[in-house]
Amino acid sequence: MLETVTALLIATIIAATPLLLAATGELVAEKSGVLNLGVEGMMLVGAVSGFIGVQVTGSGTLGIVAAALAGALMALVFAFLTLGLKANQVATGLALTLFGIGLSALMGKDFVGTPHDRLPQLAVPGLSDLPVIGPLLFGHDALVYLALALVAAVHWFLYHTRRGLVLRAVGENHDAAHAIGYPVLRIRLMATLFGGAMSGLGGAYLSLAYTPQWAENMTAGRGWIALALVVFATWKPGRVLVGAWLFGGVTLGQLYGQGLGIPVPSQFMAMLPYLATVLVLVAISRDRVRIRLNAPACIGKTFHPAA
Amino acid sequence: MWPRLVPRGEASPVMVWMTPVLAVALTLLAGTALFAALGYPPGRALHAYFVEPVSTFYGLGELAVKATPLTLTAVGLAIGFRANVWNIGAEGQLVMGAVLGGGLALAFWGEEGPWLMPAMLLAGILGGALWAAIPAFLRTRFNASEILVSLMMVYVATLFLNWLVHGPWRDPEGFNFPQSRMFGNDALMPVLFEGTRLHLGTPIAFAVVLGGWFLLARTFVGFQIKVLGLTPAAASYAGFDQRRLIWFCLLLSGGLAGLAGVIEAAGPVGQLTPAIPQGYGFTAIIVAFLGRLHPLGILLAALLIALTYIGGESAQITLQLPIAVTGVFQGMLLFFLLATDVLIRYRVRWGAPAGEAGRA
Amino acid sequence: MDISRRQFAIGSAALAGASALPFGMGSALAQAPLKVGFVYVGPVSDHGFSYQHDLGRKEVEKAYGAKVQTTFVENVPEGADAERVINQLAAQGNGLIFTTSFGFMNPTIRVAQRHPKVKFEHCTGYKRADNVATYSARFYEGRTICGALAGKLTKSNIIGYIGSFPIPEVVSGINAFTVALRRVNPQAQVRVVWVNSWYDPGKEADAAKALLDQGADVITQHTDSPAPCQIAEQRGAWSFGQSSDMQRFAPNKLVTSIVDDWGPYYVRRVKEVMDGTWKAIDTWDGIKQGLVVIPPFNPSIGADNVALGQKVKDDIVAGRLHPFAGPIKDQQGKVVYAEGKHASDEDILKMAFYVEGVQGSLPK
Repeated sequence: MLETVTALLIATIIAATPLLLAATGELVAEKSGVLNLGVEGMMLVGAVSGFIGVQVTGSGTLGIVAAALAGALMALVFAFLTLGLKANQVATGLALTLFGIGLSALMGKDFVGTPHDRLPQLAVPGLSDLPVIGPLLFGHDALVYLALALVAAVHWFLYHTRRGLVLRAVGENHDAAHAIGYPVLRIRLMATLFGGAMSGLGGAYLSLAYTPQWAENMTAGRGWIALALVVFATWKPGRVLVGAWLFGGVTLGQLYGQGLGIPVPSQFMAMLPYLATVLVLVAISRDRVRIRLNAPACIGKTFHPAA
Repeated sequence: MWPRLVPRGEASPVMVWMTPVLAVALTLLAGTALFAALGYPPGRALHAYFVEPVSTFYGLGELAVKATPLTLTAVGLAIGFRANVWNIGAEGQLVMGAVLGGGLALAFWGEEGPWLMPAMLLAGILGGALWAAIPAFLRTRFNASEILVSLMMVYVATLFLNWLVHGPWRDPEGFNFPQSRMFGNDALMPVLFEGTRLHLGTPIAFAVVLGGWFLLARTFVGFQIKVLGLTPAAASYAGFDQRRLIWFCLLLSGGLAGLAGVIEAAGPVGQLTPAIPQGYGFTAIIVAFLGRLHPLGILLAALLIALTYIGGESAQITLQLPIAVTGVFQGMLLFFLLATDVLIRYRVRWGAPAGEAGRA
Repeated sequence: MDISRRQFAIGSAALAGASALPFGMGSALAQAPLKVGFVYVGPVSDHGFSYQHDLGRKEVEKAYGAKVQTTFVENVPEGADAERVINQLAAQGNGLIFTTSFGFMNPTIRVAQRHPKVKFEHCTGYKRADNVATYSARFYEGRTICGALAGKLTKSNIIGYIGSFPIPEVVSGINAFTVALRRVNPQAQVRVVWVNSWYDPGKEADAAKALLDQGADVITQHTDSPAPCQIAEQRGAWSFGQSSDMQRFAPNKLVTSIVDDWGPYYVRRVKEVMDGTWKAIDTWDGIKQGLVVIPPFNPSIGADNVALGQKVKDDIVAGRLHPFAGPIKDQQGKVVYAEGKHASDEDILKMAFYVEGVQGSLPK
């Protein structure tokens, strides 16, 4: 029993990683006031770029870098349209997803059905062999730890640095931030690119570590879940972690439950992660004031400097 | 020297009509480059996308069939978006509309009458509205974001439909395959022209466009919605009941998505299958914004988007252009359409900004 | 004057417009090629179901060269759009159209009524017409071989089975597997996890982990991505591939795969249309006819097991072994097929119950 629970927890940490990476990036973009609904498209382009990177260079690190760059490039297209040309963010983000699905399929055409070794797991001699704690805490691949470190870093950046304060100010009230003299568009550009790079990493986690292969549309809607997690987290990085683990855990839990033979139709079991997310959101949203404090007031709004 | 944007005093009425033309011109240019780069004859590819699908009477009908659910759904969404009510889950409401409306068709299978179709349409509206009532209730009562709740309920609705057609609503003569019976004749949308699939749903969509326009332009609710969207503070000073408006917007957009769902099930599909959700609920979000949240604009946008989908099929058939290229091409077209909108509110000036250089 | 794209090198396609005219007219004068259309539910690069159908299409091209001209449409949704695509293929002069997914059944029938001269072939369905034939593969025969081997290979007596959707094709596969499994190893149990998707590598991997964590030491799947095989390989568990040969995704622990090979069937049916002997019949072929192919067993399962797998396969081909030969009991222990009886084709085609030895329940 303990072994099964441990196994479930390990699987949850891994399943949550792509969601965590993409959602944390999107959170930073949204905190600066940019709503980029193109996460799914950016993840896919990241996934295929990372895969191609590893296939071509043979280096996992270069693959990861390629994925982050590709995600950032996709975000650059988005930023050019929404920040430069003031296009509507919601529609542009959705268009970016369409574009990314097509582009990734086109890029990856020759790489379908090619296997490669997954990213190495970082075993710590001695510690990895400890019962329960060993496999739970040690022996994951580098991206798992990177994701966790980035959550902490983003929290620290947003709430404990001056630049983080400026970024939040821009998302809260761009006119005021502009009046004080902050470069609103440049800050939003940076935040958007960071979001894209993180989505790219999230995609690469799928194609390099989770299921080391490339297949069209392999993110299978995880970009949308990542977007939902940002809302779920009420724009707090720590809560993204909780949300990703909750969603990943319930998703896996229902599969474990099926394996145990729970006599409930699988379709109802599969509803559980979505329902659980809604229920927890309802429970934590009741405090109206705190939600309002966290939600960036200018999210999705176009900044007209001289207006 | 970089170009920069200078705001116009007011929206340019010329550009409102010129920007789509410009966007299409840019798309043709970029499309030519894309197809040539991938090794396909650009002229024939563009012909396959934009001319071939609508060069037959049947094809025109198909365009309308494809644009109908998009239009219906987008009109409702646009009204909500104007009031800053973010219903992202129209896809789920569409499914539940199909489930409730289609459920009626199955319940009265073999004992139908001319009353059945109107009842199904109402049931479809009800199904979509009920599903949208969940985010409305949770938003107004518990302050839970309708973005997240409506999106999550999409997955729940899709799985529920899946269970129905795998289990209780499975066609008893269907070798246990996951689909319902074929609807009886009275439960099918009447086809308007022999030889096409153009059905009654299209005129209904037209009516909804006009109704949406009337609501926004001529009614007090429409006025309240616009005020709430532009300046929420003013809305609360004016004493508008924000909760009621949230309920109204979600029920309306949900109901229309549900209507789209039952029309799709009773129209070109003719039964309930797991393939009822085809992403119309999400595509409709793009359609709503492309149409600038205006019902008449939405009609045009829905036709354009529908054309690119059908054109993608044509391009595959006549040129064996991979479907992935269609995705890239569609993305580009949307980028151009969204980007050129800037010219309505801004003019382009070359050179350094005069007074702002020091600020940024 | 329609020119298939593949007659030109990609780089010279820009010239295709110029060269199309003389070329097209020349071939039209000689003899118009038979145009054959294929409609796929997934992308041709899915390396699974649609990919295998596309391999079949390529075999048709190879067999008949300039006498045929094939067109495929990929990623066609099973809803309202399918009818338009099929109709367009018919309207553009295709004489034979293969629609390769169950959800295309009603659209195919409707288009066929409008185009009585065009011949249609629908894969895995049950509705036929004067110009609509049906065909499918007896995938379950492959499951029988896998089940027998799993019975020998398992030490924990728990087999993990990853299902896509509980349709008869998948359910009959689970049952054929389980029957064969328990004839070899009566203690063994099958645990089924449904992922409600044909292709979601992440979720398939999760399902594989869930099953392995619960003690399964053999994983088999009726979903199309190689992710479960990869996970099993990592954990040192045996696995069986599906749809295409997944050996390179799990070189050490993949026992074999159940591969669909539509090529010979497509080549034959195209020939029949050319000869005018085509009939709207139902074809349900299996290993014997080469529609279901079992690639060589992984030698690491041991010579005895290789021999067993080969014997089961030979018995099926020779007709000595029926995968659903009684006695077969359902989950409640009730005898469904008595000793000496076996399930009829119709029973298999609409199978919606679990046999004894499968855990879990099906939606009613």
